[in-house]
Amino acid sequence: MSNSQRTGIEALGHATRGLAWEEPLLFERSRPGAVGYSQDPLDVPAVEASDVLPADWLRDDIPELPELSEVEVVRHFTRISTWNYAVDLGLYPLGSCTMKYNPKLNEQVARLPGFAASHPMQPAALSQGMLELMARLETFLAEISGMDRVSLQPAAGAQGELAGIMMIRAYHEHRGDRRSQVLIPDSAHGTNPASAALNGYECVPVPTGPDGMLHPEAVAERMTPEVAGLMITNPNTLGLFEQHIARLCEIVHAGGGLIYCDGANLNAMLGVTRPGDQGVDVMHFNLHKTFSTPHGGGGPGSGPVGVKNILAPFLPTPLVRKTGEDEGAGYRLDYELPLSIGRLHGNLGNVAMLVRAFAYIRSLGPDGLRRCAEMAVLNANYLKTRLAKSFHVPYEGRVMHECVLSDQGLEDTGVTTLDVAKRLIDYGYHPPTIYFPLVVHGALMIEPTESESLEGLDRFAEALLAIAREAREDPALLHGAPHYTPRSRLDETRAARRPVLRWQPDSSS
Amino acid sequence: MAEYDLPDNLIYNETDEWARVEGKRVLVGVTDYAQQQLGDVVFVELPDPGTSVEKGDPFGVIESVKAVSDLYAPVSGEVVDVNRDLADHPEQVNEDCYGDGWMIAIAPGDASELEGRMDSAAYAKHCEERKE
Repeated sequence: MSNSQRTGIEALGHATRGLAWEEPLLFERSRPGAVGYSQDPLDVPAVEASDVLPADWLRDDIPELPELSEVEVVRHFTRISTWNYAVDLGLYPLGSCTMKYNPKLNEQVARLPGFAASHPMQPAALSQGMLELMARLETFLAEISGMDRVSLQPAAGAQGELAGIMMIRAYHEHRGDRRSQVLIPDSAHGTNPASAALNGYECVPVPTGPDGMLHPEAVAERMTPEVAGLMITNPNTLGLFEQHIARLCEIVHAGGGLIYCDGANLNAMLGVTRPGDQGVDVMHFNLHKTFSTPHGGGGPGSGPVGVKNILAPFLPTPLVRKTGEDEGAGYRLDYELPLSIGRLHGNLGNVAMLVRAFAYIRSLGPDGLRRCAEMAVLNANYLKTRLAKSFHVPYEGRVMHECVLSDQGLEDTGVTTLDVAKRLIDYGYHPPTIYFPLVVHGALMIEPTESESLEGLDRFAEALLAIAREAREDPALLHGAPHYTPRSRLDETRAARRPVLRWQPDSSS
Repeated sequence: MAEYDLPDNLIYNETDEWARVEGKRVLVGVTDYAQQQLGDVVFVELPDPGTSVEKGDPFGVIESVKAVSDLYAPVSGEVVDVNRDLADHPEQVNEDCYGDGWMIAIAPGDASELEGRMDSAAYAKHCEERKE
């Protein structure tokens, strides 16, 4: 690469040269006879497997597993781990995902032996600390959201969502009211239709207005006795607060339906407004977004679901219940919920995530949580304003926690959103969410979260503005990006059309 | 902006499918505008012959590197033929969306459903409006 191409990047002080290792697969590294263990000689009589096991449990050949020493295996995984990007390395502005920093305090608390070494099958009497934490976390989440009860079981947002719609269905069916449809705005999260369809509902799409908002008329004209509920994402995937939310809830309630709120974007409302007060009947929380538990490969996730009292009889079991003096004051698991939709997760859910979320809420307190929302919104608006000079902004006005830009202003250069995203990698950033939401062509969806400093936001904005300049001066540079990664632009089309999913012995050279 | 090829002899859906009457059957595919917007198509899920479809309802799914979208039937009737080649060669939708990229053939229950629908000029206007 010529010097002139590098200047922009070096001036910003981001990506630099470093060692990046090629790393073959373990299968390709395998050497017959290599082992990663040593065993004492056998000091009991040897037994033939065929003498003690049924014939159909035996196999004739030994599986061709790779043979390596311990240090080779450790280096293999350590090397490929350096190909990763993480929020501990830099800004991770993946819109809709709330990739906020995960405070190390959470990790310290989760590693307290009382939590880390507890066993899920321990009797309740020996799990009082964990059960108390769960009961208190339930109260916190209910207070933050304006809900009455919360189940901490769901493993992630999509399962919380599924649980929410299962409860809506159970509610209607219990009343002898079989309804067949769920209304879903085009600015809702992509998993919403799947949750409705898995419950046997027909999804009725509701178009948003030209301002990106869901309008009461659009819902009113589709609200029939067949509609079980409305699934709304608020703030929506355009990063806009649904200003008509209270009226929308009234319309759906008047028609006998319920309102599900996808809580993926709750971060923008913490301590400011509560879905429960807006009229929402059921919502999920992404602890791995809003409440800073690890995300993606660092998970697992956790997606508690909160309900108003009318849906509480249908919550998944078991629930944690505070016991009175007569039972010996403390906490126990309550399975006595005859109308429950049932169990959703083994044991108590992803409890280590519950501990981290608890630590986060307690360390910030109510004022700190509100400050998170304020800073997340301020950061998104700051970036939007700075970037509007060079990127098209499809929806004007203030946004909440994320902003959506598009490549429309770059059309004459031939540079697309994909090129911009790939070039951003050269500047040392994880690309934002691209080509989503679908209602915006060539969308770049940026969510900085509250974790970034003003200086960090400025560096990121400078990188995107530099890329917009590069698009005009040297579009070919962007078409070929990224240039600094171990692999340059991958052929995503071929990977999707002709995926190679399994290593085969004859594929190694 | 790249232009799109919108043949005159077709009927267009607002949802970017085209329909072409060929004797007693109606051939259906997606428009050049749709394939350009989607980018490289990697998978097309189509119904089996004999399936009933309703005008305006989804009959299949198209997936590209950018997005997954439903395919909507331009007319009600029975699916009488399906382009099996697309299973192995989804790129035909990008390369020849009005020819080798066709998707299904429908025997319409009521051919009059196709009257008064969007022609190429009306559809071109519809595409331009969405760019705003």
